[in-house]
Amino acid sequence: MSKKESTLPNMIIAMLAVTLAASASLGFIYQLTKEPIAAAKLAKKMDAIRQVLPAFDNDPNSDEYKLGIDGDTLHFFPAKKNGQLVGTAVETFTRQGFSGEIKVMVGLLPDGSIKDVAVLEHHETPGLGDKMDRKKSDWSKQFIGKNPLNFKLTVTKDGGDVDAITASTISSRAFCDALNRAYNAYMEGGQND
Amino acid sequence: MEFIIIVISAIFVNNIVLTKFLGICPFIGVSNKVETAIGMSGAVMFVMVLATMVTYLIQVYVLVPLGIGFLQTITFILIIASLVQMVEIMLKKVSPSLFQALGIFLPLITTNCAVLGVAILSVQNDYNLLEGVVFAAATAVGFGLSLIIFSSIREHLDLMNIPKAMKGVPIAFIVAGLLAMAFMGFAGIV
Amino acid sequence: MTNLKNFTKGFVQENPVFVLFLGLCPTLGTTTSAINGMGMGLATTFVLLGSNVVVSLIKDFIPDKVRIPSFIVIIASFVTVVELSMQAYVPALFDTLGLFIPLIVVNCIVLGRAEAFASKNSVGKSAIDGLGMGFGFTMALMILGGVREILGSGSIFGFKFIEGDGMLLFVLAPGAFIALGYLIMLMQKLKAKSTKLTESQELYLKETSLHNSDKLNN
Repeated sequence: MSKKESTLPNMIIAMLAVTLAASASLGFIYQLTKEPIAAAKLAKKMDAIRQVLPAFDNDPNSDEYKLGIDGDTLHFFPAKKNGQLVGTAVETFTRQGFSGEIKVMVGLLPDGSIKDVAVLEHHETPGLGDKMDRKKSDWSKQFIGKNPLNFKLTVTKDGGDVDAITASTISSRAFCDALNRAYNAYMEGGQND
Repeated sequence: MEFIIIVISAIFVNNIVLTKFLGICPFIGVSNKVETAIGMSGAVMFVMVLATMVTYLIQVYVLVPLGIGFLQTITFILIIASLVQMVEIMLKKVSPSLFQALGIFLPLITTNCAVLGVAILSVQNDYNLLEGVVFAAATAVGFGLSLIIFSSIREHLDLMNIPKAMKGVPIAFIVAGLLAMAFMGFAGIV
Repeated sequence: MTNLKNFTKGFVQENPVFVLFLGLCPTLGTTTSAINGMGMGLATTFVLLGSNVVVSLIKDFIPDKVRIPSFIVIIASFVTVVELSMQAYVPALFDTLGLFIPLIVVNCIVLGRAEAFASKNSVGKSAIDGLGMGFGFTMALMILGGVREILGSGSIFGFKFIEGDGMLLFVLAPGAFIALGYLIMLMQKLKAKSTKLTESQELYLKETSLHNSDKLNN
């Protein structure tokens, strides 16, 4: 078969055909992967909620309530056992990360103490700031069981009680900022649903 | 204040080439001479700002309202490719002298991942139009800065007596590594 | 050229990273560990294979002047397919590789193979070429990722064999440049022993520079 000439109609037809075929097939793939993507996102969220809260028997996701703050939203996921509130997972954020936003899930018990924390999303430097992720190091275990009432949620350099990650004070500060935002919102009435 | 942080962070702390690894191909490819490095930086600056502006508008007013965010990659790269073509044609007509200076670099920019990277990053970071443009311009300055420093080092390297197997690209990478180490020193300033 | 040669040329002689210096951004950006390098390499291999096959299928229907834009559309589609399926089935890996997945679209290897090989050869040959080049790229990324992981974290594929942190430098940005510099040096040292290899490299460089000057003249 001979090559098509580069005439204007030929060029337009070829480009149109290529783009149409491409977007059609992408639309198809999108429909195909839409549900698995949503499922994967939900699974990640539920894993984090389960990690940071005591055992519960309701569906915290369907009981979710939101609070607009600092130009973004905090998500609260109350966990109940036998109808009794056992804790609330708060999806919180900070924009003070070393490279962009950090999203953290923090589990607060009804008295405001921290059950556990889990990083949902971060872009910190591999080898340094990414140690906030439990998969990389145990750094974030220091928050377990602490009550911000008598545990100051700032790094020791700023007069607080948090040991910063070595060589990553900025990332550690950002992490504390996210926790403080969640704690303060929760104590200022975020706990009534 | 917000803008100062964006600018300082994009030029020094999160330098696009030395810490984000974008735009490495031109960084290694056209850094033999300071003169070409300057030309390339100018062209990148021009296209990066324009591309970020246009892709932002397309993202906010076309892709998001229509719910076709998954076409982001394909749309952005087409916009950048056609933008580069348009800039080329317009420069030729409007300012032949500028075209002479930047012309040969323009086609190479389509495949410069820094341009597409910045467009995607500024959407990801939820910047508004002005912040996005400032971010793009500052990133381009950071790109130019590292490229020009690097090329002036490489001009001297040519005269150095180094092991044969090290000549050219290998030594360039090691110099880039040292430069990246120097830039890590900026980490504390934001 | 035989099929076998077509397949293996991307491993050493025309290795995209160590010899042709293409696709360097993901090479440096995603190789903090061997497994990340492998993930990135396989994603790129899929795009290479897909775009090579489709380009060689439709090469006769595409007028010369809109060749490059059509190739870009095809490549971008395959990249989006990778993006969506990774989000759906390996979300953790997708989070780590992040920005570098959409950036496969501007990876010079992919467009380079479409233009230099697939637009001139049959479907079968193009598929072999795409796979070979992709595996060569994957191999390079795994080697670099392995070196950085061993030196930087004291582990390989996630298995820790020494206590403590290792030389942190190699996980950070400077270490990426330095490790790659030494690996390329090693490659050039090996290559200097065989002149045949440099010939095929020169041929490739000539081809690509011809195409570039062609584009410049348009």
